[in-house]
Amino acid sequence: MNKIDPIVVQEQLNQFVNQPVFIHLETTNGAYATHHNRAAYNVGAFIRNAKVCFTQAKISGDPTNYRVGLKTEIGWVYAEGLRDYQLDQPGCLLLAGHDDQGRLLVTLEISHQPFSI
Amino acid sequence: MEKHVVVIFPHPDDEAFGAAGTIARFREQGIPVTYLCGTLGEMGRNMGNPTFATRESLPEIRKEELIAACQVLDIDLEMLGYRDKTIEFEDRQQIAEHLLGYLNKLKPSLVITYYPGYAVHPDHDAFGAAAVSAVSQMDQADRPELWALAIKKGKEADLGEPDLQFDITATFTQKFEAIIAHKSQASGILGGINQGPGSLDQIVRDKLSHEAFYKWVF
Ligand SMILES: [Zn+2]
Repeated sequence: MNKIDPIVVQEQLNQFVNQPVFIHLETTNGAYATHHNRAAYNVGAFIRNAKVCFTQAKISGDPTNYRVGLKTEIGWVYAEGLRDYQLDQPGCLLLAGHDDQGRLLVTLEISHQPFSI
Repeated sequence: MEKHVVVIFPHPDDEAFGAAGTIARFREQGIPVTYLCGTLGEMGRNMGNPTFATRESLPEIRKEELIAACQVLDIDLEMLGYRDKTIEFEDRQQIAEHLLGYLNKLKPSLVITYYPGYAVHPDHDAFGAAAVSAVSQMDQADRPELWALAIKKGKEADLGEPDLQFDITATFTQKFEAIIAHKSQASGILGGINQGPGSLDQIVRDKLSHEAFYKWVF
């Protein structure tokens, strides 16, 4: 992935507006957080292939912490801590944040086609 | 002397970290080993260090790594097609029957899997439970021995010391190469257990030169 260029990402986000798209949204601290540190506990959530239609999309923040908010008819999709992006084939935007050892912390992906399961 | 060993774990790299030294020893004795790998580790958070995988490219990358690791260990591989992090939500009996299909065909003399409840990751616990269930459903005459791998801290308080404890120094090279074959995972996981300076090889040698299993009593 590449460091987020907010102008490029905003242009990409605009291409998904006002049409049904598929979302993968995830955050995790891994399955071994408690195992390695008893004071910590495992936290994670993901939703894969949520079909949504957003009317507004915006990237905000700075290179240490970009946020993306997608406004739908009746709610929001939100991700924080995004630093990296990749255009995965046409019509598929990957956004993610990793820790200093390259481990995924958060990812928001938007695609015209369903993600593989 | 074993006739055929079947290893049942959910993730690519479970075989390398947990049992590769033991597997390599069986192979040196000419005993066939088959790995039934549940998922492709699709939801792993290690993306290489520096990062080279994405959530979307990870499954294909880990599949290639798994194939490479199995080549290093010279074992047969079956990929069972479950999805990482979801095994505990599948129907356990259905998974057990899926595994039974392989066990009835391969007729192993030994099955190695995770110790349910003592394997830390929910996939490990659920797949181990399905494997134990599958083996327990076999006719006693055909039923293989089962060795269970427990990794939960403090397991000895409940389970006692493992029945089988192997110093795998003699096959350590194969174990190390199998771990390194899982490129996207190796540096992150080994880095996590690295408490001080030292090469990857030394870390693995210090931390992973013993393998231990509990003999399951049916
Ligand atoms: Zn695992």
